[in-house]
Amino acid sequence: MILFIAIPIGSAFVQSLFIQHDQVLVLSKNCGPFGCRETTSVDIEATKELRQDSPLGKFNGIGTYLNRSHLAFAEVGNAWAVSRTFSGFLNEVLDLPFYGALMFTLTYTAVVTPLVLLLGLAIAIGVNGLPNIIKGPSIFVSLLPFLVTPLVGSLILFWMVDGDGIIGATIQLIFNDPDLSLKASTGLTWTMLIVYGIWHTLPFSFIVFYAGLQTVPVDTLEAAEIDGATKWQRTVYVVVPHLVPLITFVTLMLLMDNFRVFEPIVSFSAEAHARSLSWIIFNDLRESGNPLYGSAGATSILTIIGVIFLLTPVLIRNWRDFKLRRL
Amino acid sequence: MFLKKLILTSAVATLICSAAFAKDCGPSGQSIRILASDFPAIHAVAGTAEENCAASASEFTRNHTTEARQIMNAALTPNPAEYTSVIVANSTLTQLMNDGLVRPLNDLVEKYGADLPKNLMITIDDNIMAVAFMANSQHLFSRKDILEKAGINSIPGTYSEMIAAAQAIRKAGIMEYPIVMNMKTGWNVGESFNLVFLAHGGEFFKPGTAEPTVNSAAGIAALNTLKALVEYAHPDHLTQASNETQAIWEAGEAALGIMWGSRGSVILDDEGSSEQVTSNTVLSSAPSVKPGGIPGATLWWDGFTISKNVSDAEAEATFAALASSLNSDMVAANNDDAIWLLEGFKPGAAAEGVSATAQGGAVPYPMLPQIGLLHNALGSELSEFLKGNESAEKALADVEAAYVTAAKEKGFLQ
Repeated sequence: MILFIAIPIGSAFVQSLFIQHDQVLVLSKNCGPFGCRETTSVDIEATKELRQDSPLGKFNGIGTYLNRSHLAFAEVGNAWAVSRTFSGFLNEVLDLPFYGALMFTLTYTAVVTPLVLLLGLAIAIGVNGLPNIIKGPSIFVSLLPFLVTPLVGSLILFWMVDGDGIIGATIQLIFNDPDLSLKASTGLTWTMLIVYGIWHTLPFSFIVFYAGLQTVPVDTLEAAEIDGATKWQRTVYVVVPHLVPLITFVTLMLLMDNFRVFEPIVSFSAEAHARSLSWIIFNDLRESGNPLYGSAGATSILTIIGVIFLLTPVLIRNWRDFKLRRL
Repeated sequence: MFLKKLILTSAVATLICSAAFAKDCGPSGQSIRILASDFPAIHAVAGTAEENCAASASEFTRNHTTEARQIMNAALTPNPAEYTSVIVANSTLTQLMNDGLVRPLNDLVEKYGADLPKNLMITIDDNIMAVAFMANSQHLFSRKDILEKAGINSIPGTYSEMIAAAQAIRKAGIMEYPIVMNMKTGWNVGESFNLVFLAHGGEFFKPGTAEPTVNSAAGIAALNTLKALVEYAHPDHLTQASNETQAIWEAGEAALGIMWGSRGSVILDDEGSSEQVTSNTVLSSAPSVKPGGIPGATLWWDGFTISKNVSDAEAEATFAALASSLNSDMVAANNDDAIWLLEGFKPGAAAEGVSATAQGGAVPYPMLPQIGLLHNALGSELSEFLKGNESAEKALADVEAAYVTAAKEKGFLQ
């Protein structure tokens, strides 16, 4: 626990409290194949001295958490003061990187989680009712989306939804609009990512529920049947209550998984329309050449706090059930 | 022609000390470890160095990876460094210099690179930090058959001519989306902005400081030009980078493109496209704002550096090996792989666009320590404007705000 969880989180937190030392810039003349020009460069000697004194950087407290890339209290306050309508205010806030990403991440989590739970349960019950001879193959087929690496799976889907791809071309044909593109509009891109998310995580909830169904007591089911309960009533009043601990478990896993949605955004090249918290961390660490460790650390900590917020209701419920059962 | 002039200046010097002697590989028994990007021209240089000098070295390794930029700072920081040399470009050299990871090469150039043209030395003040060997830039690709069909008989030279041509092609019903550009959100869209911004005479920073000045008249004009161009680009343009735009071009689905010069030879070769496309593709200078103005492009060079945190003997052997490959034999063997800045290069049709762009006075990609942060801010904040959800002023204000936040964290601004 300490080695694998506490230390990494602690170090990300400590890192997020620091920013880099002031760079000492000097004017210099830069020449190359395309001529000479004035430029600035970093005075390595002067900067090095600063770095050696305190290698972590300059202490910034929670400054990084409050800046424009994160909670941006100043910008949000300003937007509140300037905007005349609430929707204007909302637009301003969602234009800030953190809130924009939070919006997508929450939407994704809120749509994908319940749908995966419901559909997973439905498929599990359906497969469970199949004759034995085709049960094996159907389980295997239902698991397939889970076997494809997310990065590869979404890349394949990305090509399929292209205007020249099989799905994209079919959709254009159905709507009779040769310019319809799933990649060009924000709404359609979100839908595409969410559909992909459901497709990809469905097997996980399916297989867990399927395993759970094997433990439903046959006696109770038969008793209910004798009492005249319909198949639907048996599912709702016998099977589902029996699976509640599993449903809690799957919900926990799905919430954590969906809150860190990342790979499909990169593979679908969806950055223009949808960004998630994990994508922001990736962008901070990779895109600017010199990584912004403090910023990435702060976003990581905020993501962890977000996950805790989401999980708390489920955990509280779980705890209550646990205590009830012990009484 | 610009390239010819570049090459001619070096030719005389090179002729005097011709490569008739055996290759001088410097101190023997050293370990040479090269980190480089992964494309044919870089393979040619590093591969020739290996052929020449692997025998006299105790170890000769090459790591060609598209991830070079991501790992190089970490790999060069320890002492001894993981690699003795990194092959870099304008922007990546700054990234190494920001952390002081490369050494000045003046004494090594004197000893092993006397026959290399002086203008290939990338200098900061009087220190040579890298030796360039090839050039690249964006420029205009046109399909002359389609332009003619739309009633346009000259290759567009300015942005407004380019937009007018695109309009004519659409009106004639030939193509709905005749323009392709690398507009993928992130680095590519940032770079596309840079091109048009520089063509409008924009300055990225207040001279001598790290304060951004992209939210300016030039910035707004640049964004509006960009918007007018992408009106004629496929609606998916925010997902398209070089590989996609090249594919669209080779499929014959575009008539005007702003793409990298390095894609020129790939597009013009007989693979992946039809005769109709290749024979009608014309490479010309990047468009400017006014006739004869600054072409909207950034000039890039690729060159090699030597790590600071390695022994002097290893540094010397690595430099000697790489310098030994920069000659006319290597160029002759790999003529079409790059726009070489070396003696013996025969600029073909594929080099014409870059050559015209450089001659037209395009500026090099700025070698400023904080440019990566601004580029990243441009890459992530411009998409709202291009989607039509934001004004140009708001988008540029967002860019500056995002940049200032990052620059404060990196210590460039207080």
